[in-house]
Amino acid sequence: MASQLPPYASLPERIWFYSFRVLVAAILFFLIFPILVIIPLSFNAQDFFTFTPEMLRFDPAGYSLKHYEDFFTNSQWQNAFWNSVKIAPMATLISVTLGTLAAIGLTQPHVPFRTTIMAILISPMIVPLIISAAGMFFFYSSVNLQGTYWGVVFAHAVLGIPFVIITVTATLAGFDRSLTRAAANLGAGPVRTFFKVQMPLILPGVIAGGLFAFVTSFDEVVVVLLVGSAGQKTLPWQMFLGLREQISPTILAAATILVAISVVLLIVLEMLRRRNERLRGMSPG
Amino acid sequence: MTDAAIDGPVLSADGRPLKQSLRRSLRRQQWRAILLIAPLFVFVLVSFLMPIGSMLFRSVENDIVPDTLPLTVAALQDWDYASGEPPGEPVYAAMAADLQAAFEEKTHTQVGRRLNYETPGVSSIFRKSGRPVSRWDLAEDGPFRDRFIDIDADWGDPEVWRTIKSYGGRYTTGYYLAAIDGELTPEGPRLKEPDQRVNQKLLWRTLWLSAFITFCTFALGYPVAWLMANIRERTANLLLILVLLPFWTSLLVRTSSWKILLQEQGVINDFAVWIGLVADDNRFQMINNQFGVVVAMTHILLPFMILPLYSVMKTISPTYVRAARSLGATSWTSFWRVYFPQSVPGIGAGAILVFILAVGYFITPELVGGADGTFISNRIYYQFSVSGNWGLAAALGTMMLAVVLVLFWVYDKIVGVDNMKLG
Repeated sequence: MASQLPPYASLPERIWFYSFRVLVAAILFFLIFPILVIIPLSFNAQDFFTFTPEMLRFDPAGYSLKHYEDFFTNSQWQNAFWNSVKIAPMATLISVTLGTLAAIGLTQPHVPFRTTIMAILISPMIVPLIISAAGMFFFYSSVNLQGTYWGVVFAHAVLGIPFVIITVTATLAGFDRSLTRAAANLGAGPVRTFFKVQMPLILPGVIAGGLFAFVTSFDEVVVVLLVGSAGQKTLPWQMFLGLREQISPTILAAATILVAISVVLLIVLEMLRRRNERLRGMSPG
Repeated sequence: MTDAAIDGPVLSADGRPLKQSLRRSLRRQQWRAILLIAPLFVFVLVSFLMPIGSMLFRSVENDIVPDTLPLTVAALQDWDYASGEPPGEPVYAAMAADLQAAFEEKTHTQVGRRLNYETPGVSSIFRKSGRPVSRWDLAEDGPFRDRFIDIDADWGDPEVWRTIKSYGGRYTTGYYLAAIDGELTPEGPRLKEPDQRVNQKLLWRTLWLSAFITFCTFALGYPVAWLMANIRERTANLLLILVLLPFWTSLLVRTSSWKILLQEQGVINDFAVWIGLVADDNRFQMINNQFGVVVAMTHILLPFMILPLYSVMKTISPTYVRAARSLGATSWTSFWRVYFPQSVPGIGAGAILVFILAVGYFITPELVGGADGTFISNRIYYQFSVSGNWGLAAALGTMMLAVVLVLFWVYDKIVGVDNMKLG
């Protein structure tokens, strides 16, 4: 059974071929439907979490922007949104800067204890968040970082580091080392070689890692619940509270905005991947 | 060129022996690598590894009892619980002195709360005694034994003193005992009654549900990955986007949409009523139970199974299956005996990743799990933030960390941490 049905396929083979595709389509529907369904629901004119008869009749009266209005005017949601916007870029900056340097170091030949270091740097992704969060609470309290902006930023930066390390080392694996040697041979110093030769070529990997780190911070609840205080209440935190206590339809508007953000991020990543493939195709080897 | 130059060691441009020069440049390269890694390593050390260490420490640390009640702990050394009698006057005098000092510092309720984790009821007698004891004159008002018993008869209970004596050390294994639902009795440690073993129940439930969710992601992910690997590349890229979109969508968005879909007045129930599958007053109960957790977490973790499967299947050459077919194998045999074994590394990578992530899930079980769908993470959070028993939270966390680290080690052996891919 290949991608295309051969002309000599028997009837059972034909039936299996098509029913398999229907099965996969159903699974993909299961993956996508829950994300798409909240988009129309967020325009509900009622405070319901389901389709009203008006909405099903496509009656304009059944739709409204009131949940979005609430999201953009309610001070709690706005506060949470701006807190997220303040925390995530700073955490991303730290993880990308330190992570890229370390990834370059890790891909040098002859690094002692390479696998061990790698395992340690990736561990924040593996350790359950509640454990990281509890540990950070204990430790950050003892150094007066608990409940501060920088405490949350540092915690989120650590959580983003594995993603930066993974994507940048993957990009560096395809990097042609003779290019840096050529640059050095032509008289460029290490710093100049890095910014003029290496950085432009690994940039897609760095940006992809940065996007992962950004999303990690922008989406994170557990750590901020324990390490942060009311002053650092982020958007996911607000959504978490909203879902657990009084489930308010404004969550639907917030969720739709987050879906829109992830679609944009996905498009950026896809463009980076294509550019990377194009560049790979051009370079020999 | 002289003979010496030919026979002697090969020299580099600056006149050093080549070997030495090579070694030097190698060393310099190593140092450069270390310097590049060092800032991140220090950052991770301070903001991640030390916090984890402080949690490990919390799970055995017991400073509050010996720090708050130093005289009492010392005086209790000579007392033996087996005597069946409450301790003698010196212990009560020591307790009076300790409590006066603790009342000044306002720590007497904290030590009461600490001991209350071990023997319920201790907290209230400490809280009750703080103020009256602070008015006593230590030199004149003795003997204190009867005065203590006047405040609360429990001060005469050997059980209370045994708790103080047992938990008087700087370090304790008591939190681990509590984490596996044990308790310290006069006859030594033993497990609680089966119906009170909450933590064990949650631990098993976490492992079993995670394994089941891992299986579900495999059952749903395998066909998708197979089709993506065996279809024109353009179509495969399109399908990949459909897999990556949920992967990139906020965890909370996906959890909230399942909460909305599955609830009693939700979209799925409305649809079922509309097509006449169920009566309006007899809707499906799909949320706040294990069903809801399994559905939502399978959805959330499915991309983590599909992506490693796909990256392995992409490398499986179709010629093997064709060869099997041309040798007379049926399509099932050629799949099961030839294709499937080659995809096992992908299954291993995906399954361990999904299992590790599932074991540590907190948000989704908390929001859609209800009473019988919560995980051990939720128990840790509860101990941490609601009952304030940080030591028990730390002990549960340490046990969970051990499980995850073993799995991480297995993952490293099978896949290798540097082969981890994202998207």
